[in-house]
Amino acid sequence: MNAVSNVPSSSLDPFSAEYRADPYGSQAELRSLGPVVRLEKYDVWACPRYDEVMEILRLPEQFRSGAGVGLSDLTREKHWRKPSILLENDPPHHTRVRNALNKVLTARNIRRLRDAFEERAVTVVDGLASKSSFDGVAELARPFPLDVFPDAVGLTADDRENLLAYGRMVFDGMGPRNEIWEEVMEHAEEVTSWITAQCRREALTPGGLGDQVYATVDEGQLDEEEAALVIRSFLSAGVDTTIFALGTALLCFANNPDQWDYVREDPSKRIRPAFEEVLRYESPFQMYFRTSTKRTELAGATIEEGDKLLVMVASANRDPGHWDEPERFDASRSAVGHVAFGHGIHTCVGQMIARLEAETLLGELARRVERIELTGEPVWQPANTLRGLAELPLTISPARGA
Amino acid sequence: MTKVTYTDAQGQQHVLDVSAGTSIMAAAVTHGIDGIVGECGGNLMCATCHVYVDPRDADRLPEMSDDEEAMLEDAVAEHRPTSRLSCQLVMSDDLEEIHVEMPSEQL
Repeated sequence: MNAVSNVPSSSLDPFSAEYRADPYGSQAELRSLGPVVRLEKYDVWACPRYDEVMEILRLPEQFRSGAGVGLSDLTREKHWRKPSILLENDPPHHTRVRNALNKVLTARNIRRLRDAFEERAVTVVDGLASKSSFDGVAELARPFPLDVFPDAVGLTADDRENLLAYGRMVFDGMGPRNEIWEEVMEHAEEVTSWITAQCRREALTPGGLGDQVYATVDEGQLDEEEAALVIRSFLSAGVDTTIFALGTALLCFANNPDQWDYVREDPSKRIRPAFEEVLRYESPFQMYFRTSTKRTELAGATIEEGDKLLVMVASANRDPGHWDEPERFDASRSAVGHVAFGHGIHTCVGQMIARLEAETLLGELARRVERIELTGEPVWQPANTLRGLAELPLTISPARGA
Repeated sequence: MTKVTYTDAQGQQHVLDVSAGTSIMAAAVTHGIDGIVGECGGNLMCATCHVYVDPRDADRLPEMSDDEEAMLEDAVAEHRPTSRLSCQLVMSDDLEEIHVEMPSEQL
């Protein structure tokens, strides 16, 4: 990449502790510099505004994922794992895998999960009744997805904490080799062999989503190895992200009691749109990379073949060029069009399951809990590409008659 | 501009001028028309922007992809021969007027 004089550059490091202390301030700074900003430290292009983020995500042939969605270029550097055939793949192979998966993750199939999710949500909320204060991450946001989602996939193993460790490896592994990277990769070998073992056909519950992926092998759409990799994608992309979304949802409602009141007036109608606003306001997967396949122009910058672009979806979701009062959490707003689940061919394949998890857990809370209040400072998890809470000290007041 | 008439399950009508390049779903969501949810933002993941098109308009609309057809089979409301996902109905200048009906439920 050549530095071009008319394209702004910045010394800001989006993978630093300073950035994480105020990500939205830093994103606003980048957006104000321009639509495409050269990040000096990494020699990559940052794209912090909505329009360019959408443009990149709509053009997978120009801006590919197969060279990795992290900082390192998988065509030049050895990856720490066998690349994902969804996340880190391009058409036409990606299309075949995605098509097979679309036959498993149908809306009808996902609706069948509702009863089990609702039942579990009741139990989780029941468990809070005797507690005057608790950690909203440890008691609500973490256990619920860690139970219901791997159950839906058909994971049989009990030591599910490994899923959290693997999720961190995937998402923090997209950053540079900083302290976070080194820490999460410390047990990479054991965790990787654990997850590989869980993705085998024999390890999965018959009839679960994982087993249904293997059924596409019998129909000739995928081979065994591809099926195992797809299930690995489910288990790595669907846990930490949802935990973070639920945790920040609780924080948003603790910080905005009027918005909680609004949702509680009609939870069955309002909780799903409110969750979209949570995703816009606090996108769990904040940013990732694409790689340019050929020389091109993007908003006045000349992008060379092989250049990495940082797609800042969380920043796009707060771009005042696209949203009215983006810094305001407004559960009554239509947040449709947010890019927290991405856009285009790589849009999150599990997004309807995530929505169902949020609807069932937050919906149960909305019916039974009048107030969610902070009892201490929330603690954010240091992470390279995700944003979410490690601890959230809360107290809740039950609704009358609940 | 295309003049799009949205009729809800109660028979109430809303009319919007939709510019070329914008989908019937996106216009409805932007203008707060109840009856179209569009949860996934037009990515063929949710089937919550289901509409019934006027048979007279059907041939003039963008062709249906296999993915759209598959999603429609899973829509909550009744699947009819005129069913479409409105996120795939992107307007163009040669379309003067389009009528769609919205089902009573999307989720």
